[in-house]
Amino acid sequence: MDLVLTTFLKMAFILAVILGLVPVLIWAERKGSAFIQDRTGPNRAGIAGIRLAGLIHPIADVLKLLFKEDVRPAGVHRVMYALAPFLVFFVSLLTYAVIPFGDYLEVGGRRIPLVVADLDVGILYVLAIASLGTYGIVMGGWASNNKYTFLGAVRSTSQMISYEISMGLALMGLLLVSESLRLTDVVAGQGQLLWGFLPRWGVVVQPLGAILFMTAAFAETNRNPFDLPEGESELVSGYHLEYSSMKFALFFMAEYTNLVVASALIATLYFGGWNIPWLSRAVIEARAGVLLPALLAAHVAVCALAAALYLRRASRERGKFGDARDREPGLMAGVCVVAGLAGLAALALRPWEIGPAGASLLATVLQVGAFVGKVVFFCWFFIWVRWTLPRFRYDQLMHLGWKVMLPLALANLVVTAVVAAFV
Amino acid sequence: MNGKVHGYGGKMTLWERLYLGEIFRGLGITIRHVIRNLLHTGDMPTVQYPEEHRAYSPRFRGRHRLMKREDGTPRCVACMMCSTACPADCIHIVAEEHPDPAIEKAPASFEIDLLRCVYCGLCEEACPCDAIRMDTGIYDLAADSREKFWVDKEFLLNNTTDGTR
Ligand code: SF4
Ligand code: SF4
Repeated sequence: MDLVLTTFLKMAFILAVILGLVPVLIWAERKGSAFIQDRTGPNRAGIAGIRLAGLIHPIADVLKLLFKEDVRPAGVHRVMYALAPFLVFFVSLLTYAVIPFGDYLEVGGRRIPLVVADLDVGILYVLAIASLGTYGIVMGGWASNNKYTFLGAVRSTSQMISYEISMGLALMGLLLVSESLRLTDVVAGQGQLLWGFLPRWGVVVQPLGAILFMTAAFAETNRNPFDLPEGESELVSGYHLEYSSMKFALFFMAEYTNLVVASALIATLYFGGWNIPWLSRAVIEARAGVLLPALLAAHVAVCALAAALYLRRASRERGKFGDARDREPGLMAGVCVVAGLAGLAALALRPWEIGPAGASLLATVLQVGAFVGKVVFFCWFFIWVRWTLPRFRYDQLMHLGWKVMLPLALANLVVTAVVAAFV
Repeated sequence: MNGKVHGYGGKMTLWERLYLGEIFRGLGITIRHVIRNLLHTGDMPTVQYPEEHRAYSPRFRGRHRLMKREDGTPRCVACMMCSTACPADCIHIVAEEHPDPAIEKAPASFEIDLLRCVYCGLCEEACPCDAIRMDTGIYDLAADSREKFWVDKEFLLNNTTDGTR
């Protein structure tokens, strides 16, 4: 019974984090692309003048998509057409089941591992599920009865086949090093130090493998520079061309949940997962009496700085718009002040006298925070790359996949195997 | 931006063919833009459109206006030159007799279908008495029905030059 309850709670936590990240990512994509191209980006939609630099826009998008007509073009295969977006979205969420997002949570002397399903074959599961996502794309593209969507689906399949191999081979190199298929073991192994100072992260012991895996992950998630299945310059918008309303929204959200999956995988496999370098759980628990007050003080300082910046803006832009938008900087400064005061109140509760249970909780929170931070960084990395690189031509894509990445992945595997056998 | 551009089929150096170094160089360029724009949000060239308008050249051909005589009546003498010159056939004039015998005709109605107009400016050039001009500077035409783009004499006479609607 307990197991069921904790599992559901963990699933709820993961779902909340991912679904909360999706609008933030959409915002980051818009605002980031705008700033890269020297534009301002979205800044209009707002609730009573609160615009949060465009963060309200995804809400407006969802409202718009919900009220749009759900057009079903003539000649579609009804069942598959309706199923495809759900399949894409569902599969994109499945991978999270095996990704550990923290070490363990200690409740009443019992340790709850922070992973939904600690499978023995975690990595194989990840590979299996990752390729399932293409089925949704192929179904959507084929069932739409449109040549552009069909071409997008075909491209997606051939791309998946080409890059899946390099991805698997790159992962095998990592397996030789971590000596386990279980993702919790892979992450725990990365908590050690190499030669006493270097974190034993996957990227340190398998640098080539990390690059190959990340490249393949870009291809698997259909992100630029590998977004040929969408290729709006030649395929209009590829496999989801015929979808409208919430069905389109599902495809759109699946793109971002896939992004989070890929980032979580990269962070878990090659960048230490929930490990904080040089700050192992034992160290955090021993020094909790110093760490917690320091963190709270940093929180107060950041809040004070943000409040000061907002106040400066409020005084500079007084009456700039002449409507509700003028109130935003003042209100935000108020929010920052309240958050800072909450930090001060926590400081008044003598956080340096924290007990062992609190120290354990602090360690868990910090580790989960580190994991989420890494995931967010890689999400931003995906967005950053998308707005930096142009799209590959199709023959270049195939050339890179088969003639460059496959031999490199094989060489990486052989060298790793030889080193692992003799060291 | 260093002037070294590889033409189509040009040879790339080994370093460039390794992609990775060049990719990170590109990432460096884009992140520099992000950081600069984050620190100086006010300096972006974006025009906050509905509130701000870009200054267009005085020669810019915007929405038409009809000029007035000193007594406030239209300057137009309904000679039909503009509607003859119009390639889009979108000026519709009905002539009537002018009360002043020195002036032959005046427009009883003068209508332009702005949705058909291609803003070529030929009407302006054809007019013998400088009665129609396109110097209002108004370019953001928006309405919620087609009928509202069919503008009449009163509308055209009251158009201003300062770009306000
Ligand atoms: S601008 Fe050209 S198209 Fe428009 S009314 Fe004048 S002559 Fe016709
Ligand atoms: S050419 Fe000038 S005067 Fe003649 S009808 Fe047109 S606006 Fe009137």
